[in-house]
Amino acid sequence: MAKKVPLQITLNGEERAEFVESGSTLLTALRDRFDDTSPKGGCNQGTCGACTVIIDGELRLACLTLAEMCDGASVQTTSGMAKGGVLHPLQRAFMEGFAAQCGFCTPGMIMAAKALLDRVPNPSRDEVIEALAGNICRCTGYEPIINAVLEAARANSHNAA
Amino acid sequence: MTAHQPSVKATKIAGGVHTDQRHDSAHKHVTGEAIYIDDMPEPRGTLHGCLGLSTVAHGKMVKIDLAAVRTAPGVVDVLTAKDVPGVNDISPTGRHDEPVLAEGVVQFYGQPIFCVIAQTREQARRACKLAKIEYEELPFVVDIGGLDVEKDKLVTPNLTLTRGDAAEAIRKAPRRLKGQVRNGGQDHFYLEGQISMAVPGEDGDVTIYCSTQHPSEVQHMVGHALGVPSHAVTIEIRRMGGGFGGKETQGNQFAALAAIAAKKLGRAVKIRPDRDDDMTATGKRHDFLIDYEIGFDDEGNILGVEFTYGARCGFSSDLSGPVTDRALFHCDNAYFYPAVKAVSAPFYTNTVSNTAFRGFGGPQGMIGAERIIDEVAFATGKDPLEIRRKNFYGTTDRNVTPYHQTVEDNIIHRIFDELEQSADYDGRRREIRAFNNNSRFIKRGLAITPVKFGISFTATHYNQAGALVHVYTDGSVHLNHGGTEMGQGLNTKVAQVVAEEFQIDIDQVKITATTTGKVPNTSATAASSGADLNGMAAQDGARQIKARLIDFAAEKWNVEKDQVVFLPNRVRIGNQEIPFGELIKLAYFARIQLSAAGFYKTPKIHWDRAKGQGRPFYYYAYGAACAEVSVDVLTGEYMVERVDILHETGRSLNKALDLGQIEGAFIQGMGWLTTEELWWDAKGRLRTFAPSTYKIPLASDRPKIFNVTLADWSENRENTVYKSKAVGEPPFMLGMAVYHALTDAVASVADHKLHPQLDAPATPERVLMAIERLKAAR
Ligand code: FES
Ligand code: FES
Repeated sequence: MAKKVPLQITLNGEERAEFVESGSTLLTALRDRFDDTSPKGGCNQGTCGACTVIIDGELRLACLTLAEMCDGASVQTTSGMAKGGVLHPLQRAFMEGFAAQCGFCTPGMIMAAKALLDRVPNPSRDEVIEALAGNICRCTGYEPIINAVLEAARANSHNAA
Repeated sequence: MTAHQPSVKATKIAGGVHTDQRHDSAHKHVTGEAIYIDDMPEPRGTLHGCLGLSTVAHGKMVKIDLAAVRTAPGVVDVLTAKDVPGVNDISPTGRHDEPVLAEGVVQFYGQPIFCVIAQTREQARRACKLAKIEYEELPFVVDIGGLDVEKDKLVTPNLTLTRGDAAEAIRKAPRRLKGQVRNGGQDHFYLEGQISMAVPGEDGDVTIYCSTQHPSEVQHMVGHALGVPSHAVTIEIRRMGGGFGGKETQGNQFAALAAIAAKKLGRAVKIRPDRDDDMTATGKRHDFLIDYEIGFDDEGNILGVEFTYGARCGFSSDLSGPVTDRALFHCDNAYFYPAVKAVSAPFYTNTVSNTAFRGFGGPQGMIGAERIIDEVAFATGKDPLEIRRKNFYGTTDRNVTPYHQTVEDNIIHRIFDELEQSADYDGRRREIRAFNNNSRFIKRGLAITPVKFGISFTATHYNQAGALVHVYTDGSVHLNHGGTEMGQGLNTKVAQVVAEEFQIDIDQVKITATTTGKVPNTSATAASSGADLNGMAAQDGARQIKARLIDFAAEKWNVEKDQVVFLPNRVRIGNQEIPFGELIKLAYFARIQLSAAGFYKTPKIHWDRAKGQGRPFYYYAYGAACAEVSVDVLTGEYMVERVDILHETGRSLNKALDLGQIEGAFIQGMGWLTTEELWWDAKGRLRTFAPSTYKIPLASDRPKIFNVTLADWSENRENTVYKSKAVGEPPFMLGMAVYHALTDAVASVADHKLHPQLDAPATPERVLMAIERLKAAR
């Protein structure tokens, strides 16, 4: 058995600590140790985006990130976005806009979109496309996903106004 | 959760048929709560499997040394062919040509030979690498170029379709030409890879959670490999993270190995191959080499056609028989051939066994049809649009297919006319000509292509389905059917049908995981048939219960049966209305059976393969796409500028879901014909086994302008579920418009005088080579 190392992270605002296998990826740690299965393993080699999470405000692929390197970091995943049972505007827009078919790419897409909206609250269509271009969706053809992100941005700015 | 109180005053139920009901799992998809198999809690002591793959394309295994594998950290067991307790075969068509684990010989690079079972997935993966296998290499065939249907090995008997005397028609035709077109295969790249988790039970039973489109087949294959009856094996699947045909038969191997290990070791076993292994060891879309000879006249009327469809099938038959048959069934696409002969050639090769993929050979069939149209257009100097229209099937005559089925529901003319108008084909054709005249390095191209796709499994017995409908005493409904959910929204559509039948809000209908324990002997969720078959079966179940309720109410309230009417969330009996739930409660106390097994079989279809005649399809689905591209003639790179689609799904059960299928299928079809290239090296190794080398369309590859319309006037003339039509596969072939627009753009460098002979996938390299060829020849 590989050596176990302690890992402390703030996962979706909550301080957590677990022992994880040394050398394991953040994706494995989140799914197997922290019981957060919202990041998905699509390829485990950094090519599909299904495992996308936000680490200290930056977009990251959990399958390419060593768990140990995240010690002390703040990690956001899709499972932590709804607050008090209320969906985040992105989640609502994805749900209402038919932006998920099989849904396997969805948590990663939502993370990629969130990182964009955190940075650029009112993105152009091209900026949305650019921000999602690292995430593969094999089902939808992307159109409803792009529209959902734009819709969420509109809803956000509406709420802020 | 508080129970929803259905409104008994409503004028319409929530979520009936023909509404944009959203996917039943949408709220779970967006929160990450939707559970895929790898997200399920693992039973205590779950072990993990990893497959050891061959490293030669064809060879005898002279020495297998697994000692180091067995003693590697965490390894619990290593399975080889001799550990298969039943029959070492998972050939889905019973041809006994596909072992679970290779024995004696390997027939492709990447064939599973052994399976390591270890404490963790990582340990299993690492241990796999320690195997030492010596091979005596044998000659192998990777490419089908140069193979001959008469002499070379086929994996399954081929098919010939003939109508009229094609050779004679070609000989007598004023003009003739011959050619060849190649199209590549395609990896499914379902975002969720293959996965199976087997859990041993009592009495030697085993339950397998398997990401599969065909639970009944997995059940049969596992039973066969374990040497136990089907009743000892249960398969369950709640949802897949995509399937596209790649989980019709390709899950069998993982399920069988997980089950064998679970039974042997008495512990749960999960196998989830790495993406590389998944892409190397599981089958893909068949690539084809199509030879054609056409006779035609100066006006561009096709008079006779001969086709040979050679397919790279891989080392075993898998579904290659029906796939290559379906290619022939679509060698006409939407065109009438006065005389035709089409022959399939399902070639044996030392590559992974190719399998089902959305369209199931149909897309490859249509490539032949569209190529000959283009050839005739170039030969006669006419716009391909004109040649397409000229050769379309008629509605009352010129309407018999190469397999002797009469096309009774032809609406391609109207679809084509409407799309030509809405996409402004003529105006843009003129603009593009002017643009190309003034642009040296960027050339634009435009094309409009039709789709006519036959709906039904060509294996007639597959066209049946079952469903289980329970009404509980509070009026809520539990629904189960034989179809599987892979993202297409099948469960939502079937629930819409049941809600509509009972006239209750859709949130009163609970959809549950597909399991062989509830609905037996199901067909694959494939051939676009999911909603057609399972929707009808569920409707039948609901109608049986309704009939009992009507009898009961008529008797109890002493009214005529037609005085019992199901209104939204309530039932009118004579002059009074009572809530649906009330009636159910009363019926229960009166000991009325509130559960039913529904069943459906598609009428009218029959097929005689030996004669090549019959009516394999219940109906056809139609659509058309118009694409515009711009190509950089110095590099071969291109962009899709605009795509307009008009597609029909009869009277759609759910337009929003159907639009999603159309858009997604189009992009996938475009990917197949443009950037997705499978490439084998001289040793027979697939070198494009990850998205880093295999290019799947991204958000940035979409058409810049993308207009997708459902033909809302359409209605299925056959008696399908609420007059709807299937949607899963037909729009995949709309992607051909992009391929033909590329051909058009390339042709402009030689003034449209020479046909560019562009093969698919039309990667930038192929586009550039075609441009260079034309430049040299002009
Ligand atoms: S799983 Fe991390 S990028 Fe695919
Ligand atoms: S919804 Fe299936 S991969 Fe995106």
